[in-house]
Amino acid sequence: MTPDTSLMPAVAPASRARSRATGLRNIAFALGAIAVMAGGYALTQTVENPYVFFAAYIIIQYVALSTGWNVLGGYAGYINFGATAFYGAGAYTGAVLLKAFDASVFLCLPAAAAVGAVLGLLMGYMTLRVQGVYFAIATIALVVMAHTLVLNLEYLGGASGMALMAPEAPSWSGGQIQFMFLVMLGVAILSVVVARWIEISWVGRGFRALRASEDAAECAGVPTFKLKLSACAISGAILAMTGAPLVFYASFIEPETVFGLALALNAIAMPLIGGKKSWPGPIIGAILLGSVQQAATITISSELNILLVGVVLIGFVAVAPDGILGLLDRKGARK
Amino acid sequence: MDVSRRKFGKLAGLASLAVAAPAIWTSGRAQSRPIRIGGSFSMTGPLSATKAGLVGLQIWRDDVNAKGGLLGRQVELVTYDDQSSVAQIPSIYSKLVDIDKVDILLSPYGAVLSAPVMPFIKQRNRFMAGMFTLASNDGVKSERFFQACPWGPDGKVNWARGFFDIAKASGCKRIAVLNADVEFAKVSAAGGKAAIQEMGLELVFEQSYPPNNSDFSAILRNLRATTPDAVFICSYPPDSTALIRGLSEVGIGDSVKLFGGGMVGPQYAANLQALGAALNGIVNFNLFVPEPTMTNAAVNSFLTRYRAIAVPEKLDALGFYIPPSYYVAGEMIAAAVDGSGSTESAAMATWLHANPVRTRVGTATFNDLGDWTERRVLMTQFQGVKGNDVDQFLQAGRQVILNPPALKSGDLIQPFMKARGA
Amino acid sequence: MFLDQFVNAIGTGVMLGSIYAALALGLAVTFGLLHIPNIAHPAFVIAGAYVVAVGNAYGLDPLLVAVIALVPFYVAGLAFYEFYARLFERRGSADTMNALTLFFGVSLVVETALLIKFGTNQQSVSVAYVGQSLNIGLLSLPYRLLVPAMLAPVMVLILWLYLRYTHSGIAIRAVAHDERALSVSGIDPRWIKRHAFGIAAATAVVAGAALIIIGPVDPFGGRLMIGRAFAVVVLAGMGSLPGTIAAGILIGVSESLVSAFASPSWAPAVAFSILLATLALRPEGLFGARR
Repeated sequence: MTPDTSLMPAVAPASRARSRATGLRNIAFALGAIAVMAGGYALTQTVENPYVFFAAYIIIQYVALSTGWNVLGGYAGYINFGATAFYGAGAYTGAVLLKAFDASVFLCLPAAAAVGAVLGLLMGYMTLRVQGVYFAIATIALVVMAHTLVLNLEYLGGASGMALMAPEAPSWSGGQIQFMFLVMLGVAILSVVVARWIEISWVGRGFRALRASEDAAECAGVPTFKLKLSACAISGAILAMTGAPLVFYASFIEPETVFGLALALNAIAMPLIGGKKSWPGPIIGAILLGSVQQAATITISSELNILLVGVVLIGFVAVAPDGILGLLDRKGARK
Repeated sequence: MDVSRRKFGKLAGLASLAVAAPAIWTSGRAQSRPIRIGGSFSMTGPLSATKAGLVGLQIWRDDVNAKGGLLGRQVELVTYDDQSSVAQIPSIYSKLVDIDKVDILLSPYGAVLSAPVMPFIKQRNRFMAGMFTLASNDGVKSERFFQACPWGPDGKVNWARGFFDIAKASGCKRIAVLNADVEFAKVSAAGGKAAIQEMGLELVFEQSYPPNNSDFSAILRNLRATTPDAVFICSYPPDSTALIRGLSEVGIGDSVKLFGGGMVGPQYAANLQALGAALNGIVNFNLFVPEPTMTNAAVNSFLTRYRAIAVPEKLDALGFYIPPSYYVAGEMIAAAVDGSGSTESAAMATWLHANPVRTRVGTATFNDLGDWTERRVLMTQFQGVKGNDVDQFLQAGRQVILNPPALKSGDLIQPFMKARGA
Repeated sequence: MFLDQFVNAIGTGVMLGSIYAALALGLAVTFGLLHIPNIAHPAFVIAGAYVVAVGNAYGLDPLLVAVIALVPFYVAGLAFYEFYARLFERRGSADTMNALTLFFGVSLVVETALLIKFGTNQQSVSVAYVGQSLNIGLLSLPYRLLVPAMLAPVMVLILWLYLRYTHSGIAIRAVAHDERALSVSGIDPRWIKRHAFGIAAATAVVAGAALIIIGPVDPFGGRLMIGRAFAVVVLAGMGSLPGTIAAGILIGVSESLVSAFASPSWAPAVAFSILLATLALRPEGLFGARR
């Protein structure tokens, strides 16, 4: 999050000064990404208390999750209630590779991304002829099918789940949880980089055309079908990649958690709260909601927390449909 | 902390050498500091009905503090909501240990949520009381893990053994097994099948079904066609109710002498109330029932106090199943702390391995894996239940204990359809 | 044996299917006719079930409670539509994403409010006929399913007659086709839509009664039904009310046959496979007009 980045997507007419500014912005963004990663590494070398990394992992995971969701949901306007189907597919891909080959997490990540992309393509292909609500419903169906599949596959542990020990973390990382923290940080940064690239490239313009009106885009010669498929595939790949390290983190995996409601809910709520139209939105939403929820595990009346999430969702839809960033922009415009 | 994290990892591999490590955590602290006991509870999410256990633990804390605490120190509870989700567990337990510096850990509810904690406590060499976790310690084999529930040794296979003992004694040969696709039910069904094989019985039907299944008529018809003598069921609350209703509608055939075993649901007041007389004849497990062979003044006073809190808070109105075990966990911890004169994991564990603990539900001794050496899972038969009044379950004679023999309070009525009053 | 299984699987499937149709009916109105993706409908149904449970605790018959509660639910539906309309339709941007998120938030609030008020215990009703069956030859029909299963055809018939033969009913169908044309004819389309939304909400309490007669209900039980209810509406085709029953029964019977002859473990995937297949092959549904 560099301060000089515009909060709303850059709609750039090709003037030379503008393109130089874009170039500078790209460099600043790249430097920022590298700085975040370096900062994360410095943290693992200086902070002793492991809890920091346990908690940070969860929050950073949410950053990746909401960014991945936003590629399809925010940019292309296809609401996905089934983020957990992709997340779960990634998590189980990681678990299977770990179980069968004692695979490193660095192998599990691309494998999970591939599985997620294929699942996304399938999803997009099956819902080729439908839009809007129908797509959203189809994503719910996907979660139930994935859940049922896992319950019925003995190799995946079924309902009992699987307890697996992760291979020893590389010594430079400072320990297993520190290592997982860095891995997740890398995944999150990668997903933000991809999201930002989409946003500022022609792909993003295509996605925005889809969101505005698929029919109109089709008429204007936008390759809607290809765009829709690629949005599904990219989003699916990011979501699945976010799930892949779970078994390394928790040394356990079971279907109720990975296909549970909490994750699906957060994947939608976070971009909505932060702002769906540009890449910083999901990050803001994830950090905000993620830390509040980490803090909320302390309080006893947890039902109130869920109630609060519901009220906040309604409130944002009612008052600030473009999230916090939208609010800020509106304020900025008024000044 | 003068032991680096990396060194901790190596120590974990050589657990026997690591006895000294936990001393670093707790030594040199002021003796007046309260003793902190920490754990996560499923306050929200699918397992939230189990939060009644927290009330049991709080009552124990109040009792202990009223008596002046442990080692002259007050007891303080540190609890978090795990939202019934495995993903929350690692960070909660790290927080309990690394930030809150709790002295003694309690596991989350059940084996699924506890699975991520097991490697953690093994690595950190921490003492932990297991709450309703079946066979959790079979994998990592921690010497500092102690089960608060009386599943008995080799709980995975044997916790419901009482059902099969009754089956054998009443001449059952053909056994059917039916289970929900959830962890506890699946493990229990596998244990049941092992027991069937070991006892030379015949498995004539086995079937699993998805959680929240609401129509059992097809399953029951398939089951009935195999004419079993006993039906071992491992189910969860919503499907237990649907299954028992289906039983009345479809019938189960005259061959069946024994029905039930591992159904979760008919321990909770809400389910007992909903089912009422439809429960009659079912033989099912529980951990406490108010039968003369089990009840005593201490348990009664505990349950009275529990109900005074639970009823207004809309928690389980009877409190037979979950809350007493949390009180027992407290008693177990108290005995270990007082007995060893320390809150250090190693000393507490050594003491518990060597000495019996007297609890409200009986005396416990622990084996190497921290399981009770004696199984005290009750197999009870519902008898003479009338209408839907929940208070009748507070009387003796509604859930007659058939097994273990030491606590037997009545006789099995069979065949099943006769016991149902049909 | 096989015949016994088969006949009863069909019987159970038809009853379950009819109950699915009852659950989906409100959606068939809001989503099928008004094009409002009310994914909070199952939460309304659960709320209805709780109302019925409370009434039953005072000794009232579940169906009687449902009939009494029709009016409050209708009014609640009106109010809720007004809120929705003020948010979106006047703003002129009824974007699906925001609408879905809104309803998602609403269902969360409804479910959690129930949780806070009634606790995590399951709620249930006691009625005399639960546990008994109607036996016709090989076929055995539990009243626990049979009574709720009768509700769907009754509700569909009443609604169908209403939409076909009353002035406001015809206006609702007109709104579904062309809102602007209706306003030209001097009827306020927003009033009609509000009215239709109220009717949809009122069906939720009847569906809730059906649900709680079948078995105990907990606050988050609606989750399982969202997909199934949408599957019924989509399979039926948008706005086709009699189609809702046919689609419900098709799904119910498929599930029941899979459960009886394949494995119950795979039954939950049946409705969703049918849904995905419909979306991929025939998005207009079985009985809907091509749009």
